[in-house]
Amino acid sequence: MQRRDFLSLAALGGGAVFASGLSGCATAGAGAQDQDFYFVQLSDAHWGYQGAANPEASVTLRKAVAAVNALKIPPDFIVFTGDLTHTTDDPGERRRRLAEFKAIVADLQVKTVHFMPGEHDAALDRGAAYQEFFGQTHYVFDHRGVHFIALDNVSDPGAKIGDEQLQWLRADLAARDPNAPIVVLTHRPLFDLVPKWDWATRDGAQAVELLMPFKHVTVFYGHIHQEHHHMTGHIAHHSAKSLIFPLPAPGSQDKRTPLPWDAGAPYKGLGWREIEAEAGGTDFELTEFPVVLQ
Amino acid sequence: MSLLSRRRALAGTFAAGAAALVGTLVARRAAAETPREIEVVARRFQFTPNEIPLKLGERVVLAVRSLDFIHGFHVPDLGIRADLVPGRVTRIELQPQAAGTLDFLCDNFCGDGHEEMQGRFLVSE
Repeated sequence: MQRRDFLSLAALGGGAVFASGLSGCATAGAGAQDQDFYFVQLSDAHWGYQGAANPEASVTLRKAVAAVNALKIPPDFIVFTGDLTHTTDDPGERRRRLAEFKAIVADLQVKTVHFMPGEHDAALDRGAAYQEFFGQTHYVFDHRGVHFIALDNVSDPGAKIGDEQLQWLRADLAARDPNAPIVVLTHRPLFDLVPKWDWATRDGAQAVELLMPFKHVTVFYGHIHQEHHHMTGHIAHHSAKSLIFPLPAPGSQDKRTPLPWDAGAPYKGLGWREIEAEAGGTDFELTEFPVVLQ
Repeated sequence: MSLLSRRRALAGTFAAGAAALVGTLVARRAAAETPREIEVVARRFQFTPNEIPLKLGERVVLAVRSLDFIHGFHVPDLGIRADLVPGRVTRIELQPQAAGTLDFLCDNFCGDGHEEMQGRFLVSE
């Protein structure tokens, strides 16, 4: 049984609440189906946040962990695309939040979790505390023929990847087959989504330019606390919902203030997603899930 | 005073007057070309003032002082940005070419409240 077939059956039984399929790139030839796999993207937990936008902030992350653990077929791995914690000026408090976050997500039954920082975790100390708990802020790994690249566009408070990391990216890509599938994981959008809301990466265009020669590139990111899909040429960019509060649609109002908590529909607008890699990782299907499974 | 001397004196008076007039015109032109300076203070997590009226086509220089952090000053629609180093006055010249609103923001993450640190120019005709 294909995983998509299983999801359809689960939906009939009330397991999957809603699903939206989206193809990232062109499909590859036959014979790659045996390489299909899926992973989960979580983002923007902002552990430590206290405010009216989420009066249930102390339990939301734990509910998301429980929801992922309830999946009938476990994902191959989990990625967490930044803003694990909410920012604080106090270095001790920052470490306490990172430690608490790490303890909560340790309850995930899938033990392969790839973390990335957001600006709330890393910008005020250039990633020092984050690295004590989660290691490098940019790195690569490979899974079933797909090359994953985690890019750090937040440790520099100016939202830059920086020349050194761009050089590292250039070197990593130099030896790659232009037909091989590449997935980029990052926090901020690599393109200018809404610069007046700081929804951009100052030198993101340079990263996109380096990736452009590769035929199958898909970017998954966070930061904007909502599902959003965008193409720069043939490169697809997909942002994820958050686990703390939703933000308004890009550019829809003067300020990017959080959407108000709806007591009649708790956790509305929050969620996480499954990402199913098909056709050898050149095509992706995204399935969105709420924080609390019905 | 002879007639010749009076003519020379009058000519000198005219010359001096003309020179003064030219000097006044030059001074006025220089004044017109000297952009108006607007002082702006940046501190976590606000710009003061955060609404700045401008005239269409008017050249202005923002003299921005940051009190506490290397904030950013970014006007996306004009492609202008600068880092605001505390202890320095950062001068940013701009000349709006269209009436309306121009947003500016801090684009260096500065803490819990960074997302609120923004302002706008109100450009009138």
